[in-house]
Amino acid sequence: MSYEVVGITVLWSFLYGYLIVASVDFGAGFFSYYSKATKKNHVIHNIIQRYLSPVWEITNVFLVFFFIGIVGFFPSTAYYYGTALLVPGSIAIILLALRGSYYAFATYGAKESKFYSFLYGATGLLIPASLTTVLTISEGGYISNENGTVELLYRDLFTSPYSWSVVILAIVSVLFISATFLTFYASRAQDTNALKLLRKYALTWSLPSIVMGVIVLMLLRAQNIEHYQNILDIWWVFAISFVLFAVATFLIWKGKKYGTAFILIMVQYLTAFFGYGVSHFPYLLYPYLTIYDGFTSEPMAIALIIAFIGGLFLLIPSLLLIMKLFLFDADYVQGKRK
Amino acid sequence: MFIDYDPVIYSRLLTSLTLGFHVIFATIGVGVPLMIAIAEWMGIKRNDPHYTLMARRWARGFVITVAVGVVTGTAIGLQLSLLWPNFMQAAGHTIGLPMFMEVFAFFFEAIFLGIYLYTWDRFKTKMRHFLLVIPIVIGATASAFFITTVNSFMNAPQGFNIVDGILTDVSPLAAMFNAATPTKISHVIITCYLTAAFILGAIAAFHILKGNKHVYHKKALHLTMVSGIIFAIGTALIGDLSGKYLHEYQPEKLASAEWHLETESGAPLILGGFINDENEISYALEIPYALSILAGGTPDTEVIGLNEFPEEDLPPLWIHYMFDSMVFIGMFLAAVSALFVAMNWKKNWNAFNRPLLWAVVAGGPLSMLAIESGWFFAEVGRQPWIINGVMRTAEGATTSQHVDLMLYLFIILYAVLGITVVVVLRRMFKSNPIEHELEERGFAHKKEDEKEVARR
Repeated sequence: MSYEVVGITVLWSFLYGYLIVASVDFGAGFFSYYSKATKKNHVIHNIIQRYLSPVWEITNVFLVFFFIGIVGFFPSTAYYYGTALLVPGSIAIILLALRGSYYAFATYGAKESKFYSFLYGATGLLIPASLTTVLTISEGGYISNENGTVELLYRDLFTSPYSWSVVILAIVSVLFISATFLTFYASRAQDTNALKLLRKYALTWSLPSIVMGVIVLMLLRAQNIEHYQNILDIWWVFAISFVLFAVATFLIWKGKKYGTAFILIMVQYLTAFFGYGVSHFPYLLYPYLTIYDGFTSEPMAIALIIAFIGGLFLLIPSLLLIMKLFLFDADYVQGKRK
Repeated sequence: MFIDYDPVIYSRLLTSLTLGFHVIFATIGVGVPLMIAIAEWMGIKRNDPHYTLMARRWARGFVITVAVGVVTGTAIGLQLSLLWPNFMQAAGHTIGLPMFMEVFAFFFEAIFLGIYLYTWDRFKTKMRHFLLVIPIVIGATASAFFITTVNSFMNAPQGFNIVDGILTDVSPLAAMFNAATPTKISHVIITCYLTAAFILGAIAAFHILKGNKHVYHKKALHLTMVSGIIFAIGTALIGDLSGKYLHEYQPEKLASAEWHLETESGAPLILGGFINDENEISYALEIPYALSILAGGTPDTEVIGLNEFPEEDLPPLWIHYMFDSMVFIGMFLAAVSALFVAMNWKKNWNAFNRPLLWAVVAGGPLSMLAIESGWFFAEVGRQPWIINGVMRTAEGATTSQHVDLMLYLFIILYAVLGITVVVVLRRMFKSNPIEHELEERGFAHKKEDEKEVARR
């Protein structure tokens, strides 16, 4: 395997990690606000708070890891994406900043505030929408590279059915992933009311998420035929993804094995996400930038990979520890222990 | 605004705004964990619930500042690519490694901070909980270490060659451990500790001034001032080495900071004053030979003057004021903490007298001001280069047309965040004073404690 492939695999894995943990977080914010607004008497509020409080900071690191890592491995991405994404990138930063800090203000500092929880819920849907801009423009057709400067073509982006369908896919996926995780968490907490509500949310968002996946695929054909062809070549990956989805949804509908269901859904998104990534290969930004022409020097690549392996030795035990303490500790999950 | 739209100027403004705001929380983020660790350690060693509670309360306030530190840190991380795409393209090749490792350090810290905050009453022994704070201290200091090597590289770039405009022979470790690295890192880390000690000390002093007689605040003040004097001495020693570094490697920065015009030996140090367009200095205080001693350790060291450099390679001369205020405040902090510790040590002197307490209170915000001045001096003193001697700032900036709008958006964002942080922190501690919390935990206020402190 070449250093380029190792680099992109590492980064893609972290982006996948962010996709899962951030979805749980963003969706939780929305459900928390929605259940309050519809006067469901804070049924699920405690569940969400107990899970999120110790981990909200970690979620953020996954994202930072990705965008610092990509500049390290593929410095030219900074030139193209950096120049083009000033506005959407800045908006995403502002939303992330409001969300992160107001979460902490509400949880550790002040008393409950309706405004804080609205902010928290709304940003939970707006952030995935603004972040997916990056995936959309990577397909090509939304960037001009003339007179030595890179520019984002806003009109093309905002009038494109493809870009909007990606946004919707992102939002429904966030809600679906989050609801299935929280269903599992509520079942561990033996909180029947929360479980009932969250299970309903999970089932509600299951169908839209898979339908949007298919729609995005159809629209991709017009956007980037080459990419579409590559996807068809590895159709079986997406078929596996669909089967996993079907089994997981069935389990949730039957009301059993929520843990298994959540794992299946994680693998569903893993296969779909890597299938998408592999078929995008070798482009980082179609058609300007491939992983080969934007790659860093060999000594830096080796140094980054060594640092990465060393870092994992530190991270994996720590992550296991925090999961043991807060995710798999029955007393904590059930609220018997602070 | 009266200036024409120029993405370079707006990018510089937005970057300094974000970094200027972030550095407040970053400094607290590096320094406070160590203070928390010391307090918790004292609590265990002396079996004194006051110190344990101190660690607990500091940690609670700390999370709020961490939250803002995290989000503004994320902001600057992304903004580097958004505002300085050409710089990041070059930087990715040379200093991708320390940036990457900084994220790991931050990751490590984030995990253990999450655990630490939620396991106060969970373990059987207090020692086990104390162990959790160590990775936080290490993670916080390590992120400062790694990210400062990036900044050092921008001041003293090495570890690569440029052949026909293309970077070759990159050595990530050489880029990390450049000439500026040792002084810069040690200076950044120790001043973070010093600032944290003074901010926490200022809170304690303020409570005592407001008439709160609880021994908790006296203990907090004593702990922070003893730490303060140690860090202040360290800061002075390292500051001296930094001067010698500048003399050796970035003489134009030193000459601009000191308004040192002609190359000469026995160079005087200039304090304060004004400089006009013809570079004539008025109203300044001159200390003979001091600059030569600062730069080389001997009065006859020859110090290179401003006139040796082409004008387009010189930073603006107002950095002199930044340099002076940083040094003055540093000396003030050393004096205040030394005085407190000395007076507290002498049995029949009262270290808790009002003027000294007010000086400690002033030390809190002043120490943060010194951090800001120091960074402005360091950063503006590197202009007009973004990578010293390699890439001009204008070459690194974005060409995008919307930087001005983003600047206004971020001004609003930071104003909102800044105000909320103050409100939340005040509310948090006002609604839950120390007496109340001690009672809640079953430790009533004991008269003997106060007597014991009075005796000491």
